[in-house]
Amino acid sequence: MSDYILRLDDVHTDIGQYHILHGVSLNVPEGGVYVLLGRNGAGKTTTLRTIMGLWRARKGAIVFRHHDITTLHTSAIARLGIAYVPENMGIFGRLTVEENMRLASTTGRFDETRLKRIHALFPAIERFWDKPAWSLSGGQKQMLAISRAIIEPRQLILIDEPTKGLAPAIIRAMIDAFREIAADTTILLVEQNFLFARSLGSNVSVIDDGRIAHSGGMAELAADSALQTRLLSLSLDAHQ
Amino acid sequence: MTDTALVSAPPADRARTGRLVVTVAVGLVGLALLLAPFLFQDVRAGQVAARICIFIVLVASYDLLIGYTGIVSFAHTMFFGLGAYGTAIALKNIGPSWGAIALGGSAGVAVAIVLAALIGVLSLRVKAIFFAMVTLAAASVMLVLASQLSAITNGEDGLVYSIPKLLSPATPLLTDADGKVLKVFGVSMNGRIAAYYFVFFACLGLFWLMTRIVRSPLGTVLQAIRENELRAEAIGYRVVAYRTAVFVIAATIAALAGILWAVWLRYTGPDTTLSFAIMIDILLMVVIGGMGTMAGAVIGVVLMSLAQFYLKDLMAAAAAATAPVPLLPHLLEPDRWLLWLGLLFILLVYFFPSGIAGTLMKKDAH
Amino acid sequence: MKTGMTLERLGGVNLLPIALMIVALPLIGSFSSWATLTVAGLAMGMMIFLMASGLSLVFGLMDVLNFGHSAFISFGAFIAATVLAALAAWMRADSVTLNFLALFAAIGAAALFGLVAGWFFERVIVRPVYRDHLRQILITIGALIIAEQLLLAIWGGSPLPVARPAILEGSIILGDVAIEVYRIFAFFLGLTVFVALYLTLNRTRIGLLIRAGVENREMVESLGFRIDRLFIAVFMAGSALAAMGGAMWAGYQGLISASLGGELLVLVFIVVIIGGLGSIEGSLLGALMVGLMGNYVAFIFPKLALASNMLLMLAILLWRPWGLRPAITH
Repeated sequence: MSDYILRLDDVHTDIGQYHILHGVSLNVPEGGVYVLLGRNGAGKTTTLRTIMGLWRARKGAIVFRHHDITTLHTSAIARLGIAYVPENMGIFGRLTVEENMRLASTTGRFDETRLKRIHALFPAIERFWDKPAWSLSGGQKQMLAISRAIIEPRQLILIDEPTKGLAPAIIRAMIDAFREIAADTTILLVEQNFLFARSLGSNVSVIDDGRIAHSGGMAELAADSALQTRLLSLSLDAHQ
Repeated sequence: MTDTALVSAPPADRARTGRLVVTVAVGLVGLALLLAPFLFQDVRAGQVAARICIFIVLVASYDLLIGYTGIVSFAHTMFFGLGAYGTAIALKNIGPSWGAIALGGSAGVAVAIVLAALIGVLSLRVKAIFFAMVTLAAASVMLVLASQLSAITNGEDGLVYSIPKLLSPATPLLTDADGKVLKVFGVSMNGRIAAYYFVFFACLGLFWLMTRIVRSPLGTVLQAIRENELRAEAIGYRVVAYRTAVFVIAATIAALAGILWAVWLRYTGPDTTLSFAIMIDILLMVVIGGMGTMAGAVIGVVLMSLAQFYLKDLMAAAAAATAPVPLLPHLLEPDRWLLWLGLLFILLVYFFPSGIAGTLMKKDAH
Repeated sequence: MKTGMTLERLGGVNLLPIALMIVALPLIGSFSSWATLTVAGLAMGMMIFLMASGLSLVFGLMDVLNFGHSAFISFGAFIAATVLAALAAWMRADSVTLNFLALFAAIGAAALFGLVAGWFFERVIVRPVYRDHLRQILITIGALIIAEQLLLAIWGGSPLPVARPAILEGSIILGDVAIEVYRIFAFFLGLTVFVALYLTLNRTRIGLLIRAGVENREMVESLGFRIDRLFIAVFMAGSALAAMGGAMWAGYQGLISASLGGELLVLVFIVVIIGGLGSIEGSLLGALMVGLMGNYVAFIFPKLALASNMLLMLAILLWRPWGLRPAITH
């Protein structure tokens, strides 16, 4: 049990009158990239938002290390060391890149070595440091969102579809960055893009219609094309 | 149906019972208003009955906005006042003729339509809350104009005028053999009766028109917009156009109600048509009765009008009884009745946001 | 195109009040009247800025339109008037210190009331109806009705005279232009508050959080901050500013009545709409334009002062539906 950094146990979430998650269970081990695959509307984003406390689980439990975070306030969840990169990236456009980064740091100050590392990963962050964030391109905004998540040591980073709408070249840069981040942090990555997910993930769960349809090793899923077809025909459709 | 049936019945039955209660209540009110001159023969009660008729139309037209479309306007008294002032100015300057009412009234309605379209197009495309602010600003400007442009409006004092002969109290409608005014069930058949029924049937017609509007395809679209603006937009409805249209319709009906009010009162001034106090009355009535139901307008207006008379008496007694206590008598003074109504209003909005009619008719509480 | 860019470099929409001043001069004809009106307009603008900035920030951050804001203005005015009356001896004293002590006690009492009432309002009235605009408007109107009635119950319906400290009485004469001292004081107090607000918003961490919260509340929480605490702080500050504005207004008018809050709320709304929601720069710009416009038009066509501001608002809505300098456009 203790080797799991995050456990979801039979989590049900409603949004308004709609029942979105019908009992999601996940065991995310410490370290590496854990991928949550699924088609549009399967409940991927809802799962991340429920973990973050932005939507509330009606039933079930979410345990982060030894803390039951099911009913914790979003800000308290964040302070346990969980960072969240939402699908829309959550960039503050009227703030500068620097101010965006400063907010993400608990103390408001920067650790120079981490900052250097971020600048090396994403040179655009340094280049646009004092520019308003709205002036960044889509890919640069995604880089800023990820930089915010790693400006401090975090235990777990939740990332929602970072490749959406990005050019292939930027996706390749993203893969390198994620590999480096995953060296000392656990990443829970939500994806529709199986090729991207396969190049990063060590473990994978497939969510469909608010339930986990399959969990296992990424290598195993990547090798078993029959299983892929059964589970992912939907998600590969979405990848055209 | 007894109270226990109301409490223990399953939700669908309860809703049916509630609907029945509401329908019966509205029917009774309608009947009472139809027979008002015969049922309530003192002058004050006659005034109350006519005021109730006109305010039902005014409040129901406001409900088209707030209840059916989900937009909050503070300019409803402005449109009401435009109809009233148009009529009043024409009657004052042209003389007591039906032509003057038609001319002045349609001028008032025309100005209301133009202003509503302008305000709607300008401010309904941005945040809904903007609209509340813009309409409040517009309404206060109109109030200031009415009291400042005294050459036309006679300022704060307002306009006093005569109305067409048929409607004035001195005109006998039916005479007996001696040439005196005929009495039917003890009620004189004079112009006052004609004026009341002019108001009553005009209001009935306008109310009927509004019940048709909310059941029409337009009403359905408006509710779709209220429930989910983005989805309605995505389906392809031009939200701003629909909202502006309903704003113009509501403004037109309010202006028409203003014409009736001006004719009935034979007086038009800022306090009877444009004041913010009346706007607050309308809001209280629509929320207490129930937003989004035409029956709610009827119930809200009747209850508030009765409260305005009887709550004050009750408070006067309470204030006298608590005279030795500090501050409390001040709070219980009849003039402070709005304080308690405001409190009631807040509690209603918290706990029964669908008002009396809405709560009674609701299928399930969610 | 080229002139447009030059104008932008010179300050763009920030030049509008100056343009208004320049246009007004030939219309008014006399320089001394123009100067007096300009000072009056700037002073009035600054007082309205105090009231509008709080409303605009609360709106921008919390998406709450608080009609009860006008109750803070009225209560601020009446509390200040009461304190000034109680300290009449200090007010008349021939001592600058005592004069100012009385004045600051009055403004301070109003601001303190604003803080407490703001806390109560946020907790009890507004919090249960976040994200529900219709009920929010209704509930705050209900609260406004109650507050006005309480005001009438406490201070009665007749207008209340307001004393001014001796030091702020009278005028300074420059050539043939007379400038009321109180107006100068009001202007500089408003300017001080603006600078303080500006620095807080742009140079402090809490300001950074507020600016971020105006854009995306959820993300601020996801970064580990309690946005609800930020809300209550901003709401209290906004209410205190409104009460301060009311207190200054009381001294400016000299005679106040219970309807003052409602009348000013209309001006405050116009300012917020002109300036754009959520930005104090916008509020300042809007307030100065409304103050100047009101005074100029009151001189030229006395009956149309409020109507002129309404026309100004319509014109600006046509030109920029989100206001001159909005912080939010969604």
